[in-house]
Amino acid sequence: MASFYGIDLKSRLLLGTARYPSPAVLERAIKASSAEVVTVSLRRESGTGRAGQSFWSFIQSLGLKVLPNTAGCHSVKEAVTTAHMARELFDTKWIKLEVIGDADTLQPDVFGLVEAARILCEEGFEVFPYTTEDLVVADRLVEAGCKVLMPWGAPIGSARGLNNVYGLRSLRAHFPDIPLVVDAGLGVPSHAAAAMELGYDAVLLNTAVAEAGDPVEMARAFALATEAGRAAYLARPMEPRDMAVPSTPVIGKAALGD
Amino acid sequence: MKIFLNDDVHEVGPGTLAAALDSLGYGDRKIATAVNGRFVAAAARPRTTLVDGDRIEVVAPMQGG
Repeated sequence: MASFYGIDLKSRLLLGTARYPSPAVLERAIKASSAEVVTVSLRRESGTGRAGQSFWSFIQSLGLKVLPNTAGCHSVKEAVTTAHMARELFDTKWIKLEVIGDADTLQPDVFGLVEAARILCEEGFEVFPYTTEDLVVADRLVEAGCKVLMPWGAPIGSARGLNNVYGLRSLRAHFPDIPLVVDAGLGVPSHAAAAMELGYDAVLLNTAVAEAGDPVEMARAFALATEAGRAAYLARPMEPRDMAVPSTPVIGKAALGD
Repeated sequence: MKIFLNDDVHEVGPGTLAAALDSLGYGDRKIATAVNGRFVAAAARPRTTLVDGDRIEVVAPMQGG
């Protein structure tokens, strides 16, 4: 069972709610994924708009744990203010903290991320920082008070999978007791399985499901892969080796040669 | 006086953030607010007085990844 800030979860798949073809498909995809945590955001709304209210009603009807994000924030001030707004809107201390450093890769500004994480942790937020696999940054985030780390697999929405398997494995080894979630860049279920086989506690994805030809089936596939990867990790995979080793015993083989 | 709400200019009478939001149709909607880049909690809106040129952000729940 995964545990984030004292909340135990059976599902190790956290699912984003954006970019689905329709609210009905989103709802069915969430159910197919078995996710118990969904990510949400906040955006401007006019006095005549109703999109936010209907989305809020929809989210409440799901009865799931909500993880609001600070997506699109490029500065510490923006991210901290957005976190304050999110806490009030969604009535949760949880915040997926994003401080974006590059417009093309959407990679985190890790310096701003650590600063914002420190401010928010001191204010009582339970921070899920979207970070890179850099060990030193991870150390700083933990020092700042983060009790979960969420390194990227690859740039957001890129579907490239795990760009730096060594780095992710190293991070897992350095932080055996911190819940680690691969967040962003996953494209197909095998990417999720690979992350889980590394011993990660969970995966967080959105676009890979939302933009699949059949989001509901893809959600189900990711759920299966996440579970399979976790089971494989617990079953302790064998070590790779360079030379072949026959799986069929050679002792007792019939002598049929000349 | 003029205020900027989500970058749009609005003409409102002197008063509080709560009054301005009410006059602009927000009523008791599920929103969060900031004035000039600073978060203003819902409970503080009735005692937050606006001045000419204030920049207000109003956000609501939205899909996110």
